Amino acid sequence: MSTASIAALAADLAVGRTSAVQLAEQSLQRADAQRALNSFIRLDADAALAAARTVDADRAAGREMHPLAGIPFAHKDIFCTKGITTTCGSRMLQHFVPPYDALVVERLARAGAVSIGKTNMDEFAMGSSNENSAYGAAINPWGSARVPGGSSGGSAAAVAAGIVPFATGTDTGGSIRQPAAFCGITGLKPTYGRVSRYGMIAYASSLDCAGVLARSATDCATVFDQITGFDPRDSTSVDRPADRTADALGQPLAGLRIGVAREYFGGGVHDDVAARTHAALRELEMQGAQLVDITLPSAHHAIAAYYVIAPAEASSNLARYDGVRYGHRSMDARSLDELYSRSRAEGFGSEVQRRILVGTYALSAGYYDAYYLRAQKVRRLIANDFLGAFGSVDLIAGPTAPTTAFRLGEKSGDALAMYAADVNTVAVNLAGLPAISVPAGFAADGLPVGLQLIAPAFAEARLLNAAHQLQRVTDWHLQEPAA
Amino acid sequence: MPLDPAAVRHIARLARLAVAEDRLEGLRSDLERVLHLFDDLAAANVDNFAPLAHPHDQSLGLRDDVVGEGDRSDELLALAPSAQGGYFLVPKVIE
Amino acid sequence: MSTASDVSAEPAWQAVIGLEIHAQLSTVSKLFSGAATAYGAEPNTQASLVDCALPGTLPVANREAVRKAIQFGLAIGATVAPHSVFARKNYFYPDLPKGYQISQYELPVVGRGTLAVRLDDGRMIHVEIERAHLEEDAGKSVHDAFHAETGIDLNRAGTPLLEIVSAPVMNSAAEAVAYMRTVHTLVRWLGICDGNMQEGSFRCDCNVSVRRPGAALGTRTEIKNVNSFRFVEKAIDYEIERQIRALENGEAIVQETRLYDPTRHQTRPMRSKESADDYRYFPDPDLPPLSIAPADIERERTRLPELPQARRQRYVDELGLPEADADQLCADRATADYFEAVLAELPGQAKLCANWVLGEVAANLNEAGIEIDAAPVAAPALAQLLTRLREGIISGKIAKDVFAAMWAGEGDADAVIDARGLKQISDVGALATAIDLVLAEYPGQLADYRNGNEKLLQFFVGQVMKRTRGQANPQQLNEVLRQKLAGT
Repeated sequence: MSTASIAALAADLAVGRTSAVQLAEQSLQRADAQRALNSFIRLDADAALAAARTVDADRAAGREMHPLAGIPFAHKDIFCTKGITTTCGSRMLQHFVPPYDALVVERLARAGAVSIGKTNMDEFAMGSSNENSAYGAAINPWGSARVPGGSSGGSAAAVAAGIVPFATGTDTGGSIRQPAAFCGITGLKPTYGRVSRYGMIAYASSLDCAGVLARSATDCATVFDQITGFDPRDSTSVDRPADRTADALGQPLAGLRIGVAREYFGGGVHDDVAARTHAALRELEMQGAQLVDITLPSAHHAIAAYYVIAPAEASSNLARYDGVRYGHRSMDARSLDELYSRSRAEGFGSEVQRRILVGTYALSAGYYDAYYLRAQKVRRLIANDFLGAFGSVDLIAGPTAPTTAFRLGEKSGDALAMYAADVNTVAVNLAGLPAISVPAGFAADGLPVGLQLIAPAFAEARLLNAAHQLQRVTDWHLQEPAA
Repeated sequence: MPLDPAAVRHIARLARLAVAEDRLEGLRSDLERVLHLFDDLAAANVDNFAPLAHPHDQSLGLRDDVVGEGDRSDELLALAPSAQGGYFLVPKVIE
Repeated sequence: MSTASDVSAEPAWQAVIGLEIHAQLSTVSKLFSGAATAYGAEPNTQASLVDCALPGTLPVANREAVRKAIQFGLAIGATVAPHSVFARKNYFYPDLPKGYQISQYELPVVGRGTLAVRLDDGRMIHVEIERAHLEEDAGKSVHDAFHAETGIDLNRAGTPLLEIVSAPVMNSAAEAVAYMRTVHTLVRWLGICDGNMQEGSFRCDCNVSVRRPGAALGTRTEIKNVNSFRFVEKAIDYEIERQIRALENGEAIVQETRLYDPTRHQTRPMRSKESADDYRYFPDPDLPPLSIAPADIERERTRLPELPQARRQRYVDELGLPEADADQLCADRATADYFEAVLAELPGQAKLCANWVLGEVAANLNEAGIEIDAAPVAAPALAQLLTRLREGIISGKIAKDVFAAMWAGEGDADAVIDARGLKQISDVGALATAIDLVLAEYPGQLADYRNGNEKLLQFFVGQVMKRTRGQANPQQLNEVLRQKLAGT
């Protein structure tokens, strides 16, 4: 088990107390010891050790090193890695070896961070429990009967279990924040467009966002600073200078107005979760932040809008998986139609098929206006709610998820119950805002609770600073699950 | 909104997903439940709201008209389940 | 049975035709990727990761394609949309790698415009263009190269197209073809499309219906992907006849997509297309709206060449050319530019220049099967030749010989005239000597002439020309000969 921060590891590397190869070996050993978590779809020991050796050689040669150089980590298996199988948690891409690297992969490789493998995830990032992975469910390190959350469940479990100090993730409706909350770690979902989606396999393009799961806000900042920035290969990438958030983490909270959204403590939220969230907020208050009760009147429409828009985009994004150019192809297709419909029925799992069907329906003739178009209008309503609220507060807060990590199988038979678990996270994606989930202590069941902080677009620095100030005075994020 | 089996077949056909007959009713009731969730949208008052398709008011960036990518057919065809003579292959298509 | 093309007072049926023309924009790279658009490459060698729709790849739009669309919009007097939206058109087909085509649906880049079209009989019609939008082309399916399979080549996938949609306002195949030719001229004139129909750079879908005059529009069929003017004419004519026959037999027209078979000159239903397509258009979430600033539009306006209609009119009004000449000169911009380059050296001689461009130049181009840009006699060279003609240094007949020599690569006009000794004899003394010799040779004819047979004048002209090997200046020859014959 290792909860050492990126900065601590970097310091050890700098003075030669450890080497990149040693760190990579330790991570690989821990991953091996924790195989029961099923947090990885794939480990790449050879590639990791080769990369680590290069970093060590560079350091020995006296080159200037990035703070992430030699730090082991893992990529969610949604990021294309050149020459390394990228499955997106799907049988469809079981043997898919991309001929190119995603931007996030490029950027972290350039910094010298050492990827040890690809983490487990809900198929095509569709899920809130990691149970929709074609490679088996990942397990929450805080309880072997508990889900780690999803869709970036493998990344969250791997960080929580101390296998790696950080992992990449993606967040379309809460897929970084909710697993971070369930696994007791910190998860940053940046502003939409802040991190290029190039090479990140699409689920719902107008919502998808790459981000990071790590032990602390500081570590999230270090990684975020390396992966953010304009990328001309993604037309939705935002062309504005990115401030280094790592430099902004020393600001006192005095005067910071935090809006506590009443709707985020609604009916489905467990009392225990609400209580822990309020307690964490009081810690911020004691540092000078001002808590303000606010309302987000359209928040209750977010689930419906999200589960129309995301599947609609997904139904189109996933049309390319047709068994022609790559991916699974049915062996017994005698016609083109059978090639399509069987390859897709065999290659996609049931939740992916459900969302494709729902999305197809929402876009189809006769239903477009009532479903898709209306959902996009509701989306505007929700975005306006946030704009209005940010007129009077600097951040918005609430519990990341209504409950702690639920049991494996508890909701897997009930799509609607599963969808309801996203109630506090999806609105953020609809509005394209940055948000973070930070550990807020433990519920009576011993499981971690996450506090969600939401900032206006592009205010990642403010968000990370508030999270960091909380982590300066609390140690929830440093707690380790029993091995 | 009730969903009839023919609608499910039609949607599955549009989405090119094979659905076995014995799975149809299960799928139908399942989808019907999900669609019921969307009734909530009808309750929202959005009369004066323009649809929001992109989170930021961004406009499209354009690239210069230059050829920046060469022949990658070997790599691409190697990914294909079936390829021959430089082509991806599919079962015979009749136009 | 009556047909739509009947010109009798009360035609029983009226055809209604609209065209969707796909003009491939002449960019070097694709609409959303950096792969090349060159024609004829080995299969899939110009398919990028984006064109193959690899997971994680994203589209990035080509500025030049947008610029060309703006130019077309300005040329047809349409509004160029300050904000237009790329949308996804979803359907499955093996040559459509993403499972959707990126196109424009509700908000196209070019709005409503019109095009004046001159029919073969000289009548003008004004064809309303409802819209023009940017979209990407699909790949190519190869059906005959494999036994039980179809091969897919994605080289063409992602090539930029401008789809130009006319209103259903044409009533005959002839009108449709004339409109299509006018668009063809325009896009080549603007330099936004090479117009090469064999290579598929300019092709069209024909929407055809028939109705009783004055009745509501009938059910239409769509004939897909016709790639020659002749085939468009034949396909529409066939389809009109077919629909009339069906309706007169009491059958209903099925709204469907049909293919034209150029060997049988028939259309038949396309089997691979579903009749009730549901394309589920929605704004492409990978592409924010395309914004075009007024300044960008104005910049394109200043770059716009004088348009064919305007130039044609100027040739008639200001240069005094016959309409037929103006039409032919303005059939393409290169010809018109060539003509003007010649004319620039011969002010006031528009008709002479037009005659040569449409006569000798056109005939030789036609014979050689080349475009005017590649003509071995460039505009300045022709201008030199015509200048010598105007100066009386050579005759019209000699000029044609000189032109042929220039075309064959023997040098410019002066060089050929010198080398071949073709300068006209305008020297009165030299002419008089030649005439004296001829008159001495034919005393009988001279007597006849002087006795009143004036028809013999041409005989003497011919003889003098023969003696001077055609180099006598005809006007001077005439003058001196008449004097000599008169005995003065």
